[in-house]
Amino acid sequence: MGALFVLPMLMIAILSFLKRGTYGQVVYEFTLNNYIRIFDPLYGQIFGDTLVVAVLTTVFSILCGYPLAYYISRLEKSTQQIWLLLVMIPFWINFLVRSYAWVIILRSQGVINTFLQSLGIISEPLPLLYNSGSVLLGMVYTLMPFMVLPIYVSLEQMDRRKLEAAYDLGATPWKAFWHVTLPMTKTGVVTGSILVFVSSIGMFVVPDVMGGAKSALIGNVIQNQFLSARDWPFGSALSIVLMLLSMLLILLYFRATKASETKEGSA
Amino acid sequence: MKTLRRNALSGYSWLMLVFLYLPILILVLYSFNDSRINATWTGFTWKWYVSLFENRQVMQALMNSLTIGVISSVIATVLGTAAALAVKHYSLRWSNIFNGLMYLPIVIPEIMMGLAMLVLFSQVQMELGKVTLILAHVTFSMPYVMVIISGRLADMGKELEEASQDLGATPWETLRYVTLPLIMPGIIAGFLMAFTLSLDDFIISFFVAGPNSTTLPLYIYGLVKRGVSPEVNALSTLLIVSTVLLVVVAEVFRRKDSKNNQSIF
Repeated sequence: MGALFVLPMLMIAILSFLKRGTYGQVVYEFTLNNYIRIFDPLYGQIFGDTLVVAVLTTVFSILCGYPLAYYISRLEKSTQQIWLLLVMIPFWINFLVRSYAWVIILRSQGVINTFLQSLGIISEPLPLLYNSGSVLLGMVYTLMPFMVLPIYVSLEQMDRRKLEAAYDLGATPWKAFWHVTLPMTKTGVVTGSILVFVSSIGMFVVPDVMGGAKSALIGNVIQNQFLSARDWPFGSALSIVLMLLSMLLILLYFRATKASETKEGSA
Repeated sequence: MKTLRRNALSGYSWLMLVFLYLPILILVLYSFNDSRINATWTGFTWKWYVSLFENRQVMQALMNSLTIGVISSVIATVLGTAAALAVKHYSLRWSNIFNGLMYLPIVIPEIMMGLAMLVLFSQVQMELGKVTLILAHVTFSMPYVMVIISGRLADMGKELEEASQDLGATPWETLRYVTLPLIMPGIIAGFLMAFTLSLDDFIISFFVAGPNSTTLPLYIYGLVKRGVSPEVNALSTLLIVSTVLLVVVAEVFRRKDSKNNQSIF
């Protein structure tokens, strides 16, 4: 079954070096043009936007998710299970449906604008939807559960005695958190960040539904190349670059955390 | 001071729950709104649900979703169970490699998986439709089944299987009368999980569906792209309700007399 997945990935890699025929078919002739085309400033811009959105989504997910995970980990065991289920249920609900729910809230005739207008606070609807802000909101909203769970797991596995030791030595709660809890739960933060980051760079549903034409990310371009423009070789080249990029970042991330872990261990 | 901090944290966490659920609740609420275009509440109505059930395309999409869901989750459950049993009996090294491969579809961006499937099917010249959807759904849901059942197998330990073999059972009898009944809650949970994933999948289906194999999420996408209409709210609500029910039932089965109650989510 794993092979069923590795094999097509290889096919995409091969495809990315082939040519597109006049009618959108694949011509079996070697070329590097697809990769050269990626350096077009247009695509550079989209890659850049995608990375910025992915980084911001990850950062906001940590900021929103960490306190929540911390709170859950301090509850009674049975209450913890209920909270975890509550956090994870939205995650099982369709991405598309969840993004669409925000459209109802944010669009110009949506819940917020209608409400503010009926109160007479605004006369013209605010442009809340179809911008990079709404894309970011949608991303954090749909991906945050990915962050909460790994952080919760590492908080659960943490050795609480070290925290008590810190208190005994006179640390304030903030200091104890900053110097003990946070470093000890770094694995959870890293795992969560990877899950959120990788999911957000490949995401095309949220920008498609909540972003409008101007907020296209790399996922949207790839989707377009495959389904509308029918330029499979170029679409493949884009997805190979996307995948290499995410793998590289994951690798760097792992290396960084591993290095700091060994340092801690020897100290 | 300590209670103040605790209260702030608790308040924040409840706020986060509101953030997670409010959009969903609003969507559900507005599926009962009489007004067609405005967000203003003009009265309670069932009419959007009625018009859904009278819509032949919706019913066709529902049938497609259910057919694909049942067939793919049965296959995924059988293969996933077999894989979990195999991994348990293999040497550690092979199990690790195999496990790594199995987890790949969970970690890799869904769009990549959709593309990979599309390319594969076009290279072997398979016409896009229900069959390609079923194959794709089996591929992405099987790892989840395997994770659930592996957890169950790990809980079980080796004692009972060894006892059964000591008493003269053949490996097949041990599997049939000892192992399978013991992991049955896991198998049922895995099946329900696979079914939920299949019913709910949009991204991968988006790439491998043919013109006559529109599923519910694909149909919703079509409606969303054409603009906001209350039918989408109604259809989305039905999808939300069935997903939540299935996930909760699956979770109940998975936890059934399982020693460690760690969530797989």
